[in-house]
Amino acid sequence: MANTIATTHDSLHPTLEHPHVHDEHVVLPQHRHHFETENQQREAGSFGMWLFLLTEIMFFGGLFFAYLLYRNWYYPAFASASNQLSVPLGAFNTVILISSGFCMALGVYYAEVRQKTMLVAMLILTTFFGVVFLGVKGVEYHEKWEKHHIPGSSFDISEFVNPPIDAKTGKATEEPLAPDMAQKTQVFFFLYFAMTGMHALHMIIGIAVLGWLTWRAHRFEFSNGYVAPIENFGLYWHFVDIVWLFLFPLLYLINRHPLK
Amino acid sequence: MSTSTTTILNLPDQATATLPKRNYLNAEHGLLSWLFTGDHKRIAMLYLFSITFFFFIGGAFAGLIRLELLTPQPDLVASDTYNKFFTMHGIIMIFLFLVPSVPATLGNFLIPIMLGAKDLAFPKINLLSWYLYMAGGTFTLAALVLGGVDTGWTFTTPLSTHYLNTHVITAATAIFIAGFSSIFTGLNFIVTIHRMRAPGMTWFRMPLFVWSNYAASILMVLGTPVLAIAIVLVALERTIGIGVFDPTKGGDPLLFQHLFWFYSHPAVYIMILPGMGVISEVISTFSRKRVFGYTAVAFSSVAIALFGFFVWAHHMFIMGVSNYSALVFSLLTMLVAVPSAIKIFNWAFTLQKGSLTFETPMLYAFGFMGLFTIGGLTGVFLGSLGMDIHLTETYFIVAHFHFVMVGGMLMAFLAGVHFWWPKMTGRMYPESLSKLAAVTTFIGFNLTFLPQFILGYLGMPRRYHSYPQEFQVLNVLSTAGATVLGVGYLLPMIYLGWSLKYGAIAGNNPWQATGLEWQIQSPPLTENFLVTPIMDHEAYDYEWLAHKTEQEVTTVG
Ligand code: HEM
Ligand SMILES: [Cu+2]
Repeated sequence: MANTIATTHDSLHPTLEHPHVHDEHVVLPQHRHHFETENQQREAGSFGMWLFLLTEIMFFGGLFFAYLLYRNWYYPAFASASNQLSVPLGAFNTVILISSGFCMALGVYYAEVRQKTMLVAMLILTTFFGVVFLGVKGVEYHEKWEKHHIPGSSFDISEFVNPPIDAKTGKATEEPLAPDMAQKTQVFFFLYFAMTGMHALHMIIGIAVLGWLTWRAHRFEFSNGYVAPIENFGLYWHFVDIVWLFLFPLLYLINRHPLK
Repeated sequence: MSTSTTTILNLPDQATATLPKRNYLNAEHGLLSWLFTGDHKRIAMLYLFSITFFFFIGGAFAGLIRLELLTPQPDLVASDTYNKFFTMHGIIMIFLFLVPSVPATLGNFLIPIMLGAKDLAFPKINLLSWYLYMAGGTFTLAALVLGGVDTGWTFTTPLSTHYLNTHVITAATAIFIAGFSSIFTGLNFIVTIHRMRAPGMTWFRMPLFVWSNYAASILMVLGTPVLAIAIVLVALERTIGIGVFDPTKGGDPLLFQHLFWFYSHPAVYIMILPGMGVISEVISTFSRKRVFGYTAVAFSSVAIALFGFFVWAHHMFIMGVSNYSALVFSLLTMLVAVPSAIKIFNWAFTLQKGSLTFETPMLYAFGFMGLFTIGGLTGVFLGSLGMDIHLTETYFIVAHFHFVMVGGMLMAFLAGVHFWWPKMTGRMYPESLSKLAAVTTFIGFNLTFLPQFILGYLGMPRRYHSYPQEFQVLNVLSTAGATVLGVGYLLPMIYLGWSLKYGAIAGNNPWQATGLEWQIQSPPLTENFLVTPIMDHEAYDYEWLAHKTEQEVTTVG
């Protein structure tokens, strides 16, 4: 009854009454003092990670909301502008990103079965694919720069008002836009840069963390069954993949040549 | 054990009483032990000091605003300085005081203890969130020192993106950072509540304070990122002119309003829900009754949180949302009043059936109930389309949200600080002074804000530094009230500070309350409990408590 809640006695040192009694478990060095059990710690960590990803969804959600809204309003401008994106490069990057996600998933597996060498290898491969993705993104950004499709004072709408003539058919490759609608392509490009930029920023942060995890894995930190950081990072990395799987069709695919 | 009719104070024998030799306050020494602490109670104290600091800075701006409005002429400051005053006042009070106040101080301190846990799930993230708060505060002060911001706390575009050479970016950075502080606090609470409850601590044995903070945490986690992205977009638009909100480039300023209010309406519940939790604890303790309709009160918190996400456009009735959506949002707004009313009625029933005593926290709680009810009812006025069009952007709005936030939330915060002060510090404060402060606050508050309802109804617009002569009497009353209110806030600063050194020793359970936090020593040990407690009774079970006290007495005897 009354003794269910311990009142304190100064004479007792807390560790003497420390409630960690792990008969069947080995207590890992990474076990934090305020958790009752290993399992509780692991569950709390991954639950926290899921919640964090939920906040990320809301964060990107604001941008998706803006995109859908403006796409509805300025449909022709968004259609023309999206044709400026390179589907081959986007598709290539999608494959790259899925490969990196696959390596990451294998990494989690190898951490769980305590194969240090394979874990390190997978983390490095994941990093490699991540870097390739960013490189391709850089190529795409550069192309927009050259075509003056970066929103701002030097933004050039001439290509949307007077689309180039296709040499074979002798027809315009795009439906020409009225100048005020052509202005709205800027909104498309802004959203393109904001969304892919935010995504790239997440990848850069992810690659930095990958470096740190690789170093820790190399020092055998995840070789004793303590794999929570790898698992949680895996969730983060998959989340970044999934965001791209929404961005790619939304930005590159759905508006292509709808007016022909 | 006798309980007199006027007080249930249960102080230990003052001749022999001392503070526990070992507690979280003296567990480690030196400034660094505080700055690198992982202990949720110490982090709560860090928050308490810093939040109080910012509260007084925000308050100073309120004082300046009221001083300017003492006379109809624009005589104290120029209009752009006045704009900077109310912007700073708003930003500091909303983002640096109201949002973090109860969760970051009382919530941090109490939630793990109330659940029977040793700490929050992520102590390091908890500390990080304090540093983020401080960084946010620093940026806010920087914006102030550099010359101020004049957009109002709502950062409305295009004002914030295109006009005026003020420090919008600095202030936006401040809010962005402070936002992450509240995201992390919310995340920590949710995980702790889900995963760290002691054996026997079922969801429906949790104190209502935990429930209300849980609901507020959901809002923090889901709402704040949307604010963050809106703020990022404002900053980008201002620096590189991207054009999402700029009509000349095809953008739409209304988009900002949607993103902003999608957070900022739920944010008002982030502010008020934890306060409601405090009130439930205080009312139960000083009525010596389980809160009437415990389950309904618990669920109403979650209901408020969920409904809160669907009413944001009532801030945009006059900004060009379509008639249909205005109608829908108007109806939904009324709906939110229902769970709030459930709480008020259940507290009233609790009081009606209880045996009441009027300790200081209880006085503040009464203040809360009265003032929040007025604030909430006027909210229903504003939610009805026709009324809103007449009253919006007038002083009626100002009165409404001050009744809710200052009359409600701040009263709740003070109730909570007075209620748990003995637990946090191990000491009592002088009772007559604290009661005086509670009464002063109540009188000062009404004197300040009741006239503003009338002013608004008569048509005095908000955010102007001069006004027609005929509004002067009411404005003088309001400024006089603000002075009284200021005194009401300074008093606790003084006697609570005094009590840290000279206050009577409080003992474990001065109020004879039932929560787990009252069954451990005051101030608690760093690890809260020596042995993980087992919760074997409902929350607010006063019979269990009576039984327990008897047993303890016999054991000691
Ligand atoms: C019963 C619940 C409530 C209802 C029905 C309600 C309704 C409203 C409405 C319709 C407005 C818009 C007025 C306008 O701009 O024309 C408003 C403004 C406001 N409300 Fe409430 N409200 C409620 C509770 C709260 C609470 C709990 C808080 C804060 C803790 C709050 C804080 C505010 C603030 C700050 C504004 C002014 C926003 C601005 O325009 O700057 N309200 N309220
Ligand atoms: Cu609202």
